[in-house]
Order: sequence, then C-alpha cells, then structure tokens
Amino acid sequence: MSQPQSNGSPLVRIDGVEKYFQRGAEKIHVLAELNLTVAPGEFLALMGPSGSGKSTLLNLIGGLDRPTKGTVTVAGERIDQLSDRQLADWRARHIGFVFQLYNLIPVLNAERNVELPLLLTHLTGAQRAKHVAAALALVGLSHRAKHFPRTMSGGEQQRVGIARGIVTDPTLLLCDEPTGDLDRKAGDEILDLLGALNREQGKTIVMVTHDPHASARASRTVHLFKGQITSEAVK
Amino acid sequence: MQSGPLNWLSQVAAITKFGLLSIPQRRGAVAATICGTAGVVTVFIGVLSIAAGFRRVMASSGAPDAAIVLRSGADSEMVSGFGREETRLIADAPGLARNARGPLVSAELFVIINLPKRSTGTDANVPLRGVEGAAAEVREQLKIVSGRMFEPGKNEVIVGAGAAREFAGLDVGAVVKVGRESWPVVGIYTANGGLAESEMWTDAKVLQAAYQRGDSFQSVYARLASPGAFDQFKDALTTNPRLNVKVQRVSDYYAEQSTMLASLITGLGVLIAALMAVGAVFGALNTMYSAVAARTREIATLRALGFGRGAVVLALMVESLVLALGGGAIGALAAYAVFNNFTAATMNWQSFSQVTFAFAVTPALLVQGVIWATLIGLIGGLLPAVRAARLPIASALREL
Ligand SMILES: Nc1ncnc2c1ncn2[C@@H]1O[C@H](COP(=O)(O)OP(=O)(O)OP(=O)(O)O)[C@@H](O)[C@H]1O
Ligand SMILES: [Mg+2]
Repeated sequence: MSQPQSNGSPLVRIDGVEKYFQRGAEKIHVLAELNLTVAPGEFLALMGPSGSGKSTLLNLIGGLDRPTKGTVTVAGERIDQLSDRQLADWRARHIGFVFQLYNLIPVLNAERNVELPLLLTHLTGAQRAKHVAAALALVGLSHRAKHFPRTMSGGEQQRVGIARGIVTDPTLLLCDEPTGDLDRKAGDEILDLLGALNREQGKTIVMVTHDPHASARASRTVHLFKGQITSEAVK
Repeated sequence: MQSGPLNWLSQVAAITKFGLLSIPQRRGAVAATICGTAGVVTVFIGVLSIAAGFRRVMASSGAPDAAIVLRSGADSEMVSGFGREETRLIADAPGLARNARGPLVSAELFVIINLPKRSTGTDANVPLRGVEGAAAEVREQLKIVSGRMFEPGKNEVIVGAGAAREFAGLDVGAVVKVGRESWPVVGIYTANGGLAESEMWTDAKVLQAAYQRGDSFQSVYARLASPGAFDQFKDALTTNPRLNVKVQRVSDYYAEQSTMLASLITGLGVLIAALMAVGAVFGALNTMYSAVAARTREIATLRALGFGRGAVVLALMVESLVLALGGGAIGALAAYAVFNNFTAATMNWQSFSQVTFAFAVTPALLVQGVIWATLIGLIGGLLPAVRAARLPIASALREL
C-alpha cells in the first residue's frame, strides 16, 4: 500500500486489525486483516457504504474500542493494550472528536461545551477561558459564546463541536460524518473549516463520510467495503 | 497540551451539574421521586413522633427525686394495694423530704371512670385519683392553672389539662356525675406535660368512702430529700420485715410502663416507612433510569472526551442523592409542621385509661428521616449509575 507524505514515522499505524462483534450467538465480522497508516498532517477521508466498518475503524483509532486482533499504534503508543481507564486518559490527551449529531450538552452554552475537555486538564479557570476563546474565534463563533445549542443552526452547532474537538490541541482530530446532518451550504462551511485547520494549523484529521463532495477536500481518501480497504486515492 | 493526572472532582462536579441543570426537562419523574421520598420521610417521622411524644410524657411524669412504692410483685398501681398501717411505715422511712407538716408522701388510690370524649362523644376511661395533702408537693411540677385546689373532705375534683382537653364536661364549674356521686370540678392543673395531666384528682379519704375502699390505698408517692437518697429509702423499706414492697423512681416506673406501647408504635412506624420506602426506591430508580436514558448520548460523549467511568457513576449517585435529600427535607419539614405538638390521646395499657400527649418531632427523628432519604437516594441511584457507566461508548454515541 502506498504511504504518501510519510516522511518519518506515521502518526497512526494499524496493523493486521480484525474486529468482531458478538451479537447473541452471532459473530459479526466487521473489519478483516486491515492495515492503514496516517501520516502527521494528513487529512484522510474514510468512505464506503453503510455498514462497511468506517465508524468501527475510526473508533479503534480514537481509542473508543479495541480490536479483536492486530495492533493500533498512535503517536508511537500501542493503544490496543491500554485498559479502559488508561484509554480514557489517553483520549483526553490525544483525541478530538467531532460527531455527526454534534453531541453538545444541551444545558450548557457554547463556551461551556467547548470548555468540557479542558476540565480534564490542570488548567486554571482563566487559562481555560483563554483556550475556549481562542477555539471559538478559530471557528468564527466568538459572538455566540453565551448561546445555547438549541438556539443555533446545525452548522453553528457543528462549529461549536469542532471548537470542542480542537480546544485541547489534540494529536488527532477524528470526525464521523461531520456534515452528515447538514445541508450543502452549511456542510461546505464545515469542510472549509476542517480544511483550514488542516492546512493552517497542521491538524491531522481522519474524517468518515458518505459524501464524495466532502472527501474531495481530503488529501487522501480510503474506501472501505465489507471491512476491507478496496482503494485509495491521493490528491 | 499540558495534561497530568485528571482532575477527578471537577469531572464529577461537571457531570452532576449537567444532570441537575437538565431536571426541568424531566420535571414529572423528578417530582415523583421527590414526592415519594418526602412521603416516606413524613410518614416515618410522623409515626415515630407519636412514640417519641408518648415517651416524653411518660419520662416527664417523674422528677428524679420522686419515688413510688407498690406492693412487691405489682407491675402497676392497678394491681397493688396497701393498708393504712403499711403506708404509715412507708412515710416513716428515712431519706424523705419534709416540710412543717411532716414527710412529703402521698398514699393514693384510683378508680377508673367513664367519660365521653370531646372529639367522638364515645366513652373512654379516665383515672380518678385520690391523693393526700402532700401530693402536689410530691409532684413538684403540679400547677393549678384555673380555679383552685380541691378542699380535703369534699367531693371536689381537679382535672388535668390533658383530660380537660380530651373529655367533654370537664370545665371548672361543671359537675361530673358518676353513679350516685356528683363531683364538682373546681380546678384545672398542669403537671409539666406528664401523665398526671391525663387524670382527675380528689381527696383520698373521699374517694375511699365513695367507692367503699375502706382505708386501703394502691400506691405511695414520695419526695426524696435528694435524688441520691433513693437507695437509703429503698433499702430501708425492702429490708423492713413488716413490709413487702417494691420501690422505684417515678421516672423509671413510667418509662417501664411506656416501653411496650412506644416500641409497638416504633415498630409499626418503621414497618410502614419501610414499605413506602420500597415504593420510593422504585420511583428513584425509575427517575434515574430515565435520566440515564435521556442522557445516554451525553454520557457517551463525555466518556469519549475522556471523562472517567467512576466520575459518571459518582455524579449520577450525587444527583440521585440530591433529589432524595430534597424530598427528605420537604418530608421532614412537612412532618414537623403537621405533627409536632399535635395532641392525641391513647390508651395506657397498664392503667387501661387514656393518656393525652403531644406528638414530638425530635431532632433525632429528623436526622433519622434524612438517613432514610439518603438510603433511598443511594439505592435508587446505584443501578442506573452502573448502567450508565457500562454503556458501550461507541454505540451510545449515536443514540438519539
Ligand atoms: N457494538 C456493535 N455491536 C454489534 N454490531 C455492531 C456494533 N457496532 C457496529 N456493528 C456492526 O458492524 C458493522 C459496521 O458498523 P459501522 O458502524 O462501523 O459501519 P459504518 O461504515 O460506520 O456505517 P454507517 O455509514 O451506516 O455509519 C455494521 O453491520 C454494524 O451493525
Ligand atoms: Mg458510521
């Protein structure tokens, strides 16, 4: 498999990963013999039909789940061997998540939502406020800091979600269909934002998407089919 | 980004905060939990305040320097009896307080009469006690609050404030008719809330004559020279070969009499509260399960961001506890408002007569009520919290 941009060691290395789910007596084979690397500074799109295992793969990279077999190495650390507790700490330090349905806490306003991951650090209140303000400025929502999610459009909520994803300056930003619930215009704005974060801030991004329009923004696209990588395209 | 060991408490605080902030969206279930817990606590405190009030009456019925002498083997005045000679020997014993007229002792007897209750109009038993001149001094708390003391040798009665409240026709100036006898009520007295307030008093000699009791008594009440003189008094009587008596402090005597009823009421209260608590626990379980269900995605999101499983459990437990304690506080206040000093009358099974008393919502009962609420909150919160912590993050993240 080609390894573009991999001057030096990859940021993510997935080696011989298999993933089964046990549903009752049934064994669901989701990922099979999967190998993938992501270089630092890449913007990788994961595409494929529904049920092909895109989210499952993203969850393995983000330490939300562990593979049945094989290894997952992120920034030089074998995360498939970490305990649940270690994984939680590891996620807090290394991963920013962006979700399809934004997953904001409805009872908290924008800046409180963005502040959440910082509660897991030792930053003081003043330091947190500074980081939150910077993240909201980066997504262009400084003026809505005190607004609650329900008063915002889907696009704005997703931008709050992205601000929350980057506020800790994570090693990796993982997005699961970040534009899946948005119309074209709002979706484009989100993609512009992700592209800018990648180019200007050097953020490494892995994005799951159904939308070819979205994957066109990525520097590389990997297609999954029935748990296997079928093709890759480098821009 | 700098990061070290996670700031666990701020995690718990943050998650608890979302939970409490989202209460308005779950008003119904939350209100049900709070009411359920409040109900348990109110009933628990209410029922036990009966026992506490009853105990309080019994305990305040005797000063530490008052003693009662009964025939040996008698558990109550009802089954005790003395002749004049015996009561004289008792009055001569050492250790007694005295005044100008001699030792402070009162040989007493009583009969039970039937009078209609004010509330229901049905008859209930009231003790009519015959006392000797020193009776009021033997019970130092006795105070005439209206009218006057009865005159020795006359068919006059004074009525305890509790009995006057509970029974019809016991006002000063009224006449109580029992059989052929007429008893004018000449005064009302209080006795520091003690048992004597549930009685009527007259001159012992008059009562003996009216009920053909000859010169016999049932008990001797005595005032000691000091609380410490009790042993001296007791030893003198119990070692006297011409007497066959049992000597107790009045406070101990009444406490003993109240144990059975008080523990019956307490047992009943705990039983009722326990049954209701089971219901309240289910209410709390339901509320917290629905809280977890409503927040499945939020909890999963927090976990994805790196919040710990323990913090989630603890935060949900805290939330459940806060709700239950809120209910508990409301219940305790309600119980205090409704039951404290609520007066009632009940049967004193040892004398088969009515005892009037006020429910007592004591600080100890309030604390126990809060403990019940705490348990309801903890038990009701535990399973839902554990469920929340076990949620598989990946699939819960997509839940709507
Ligand atoms: N926790 C789980 N338990 C059982 N089966 C699961 C679980 N998670 C995913 N699966 C199954 O694994 C397969 C792949 O799921 P996954 O969510 O990775 O697909 P996807 O490519 O992200 O699909 P979509 O585009 O619909 O999001 C599906 O058949 C799904 O039903
Ligand atoms: Mg998916």
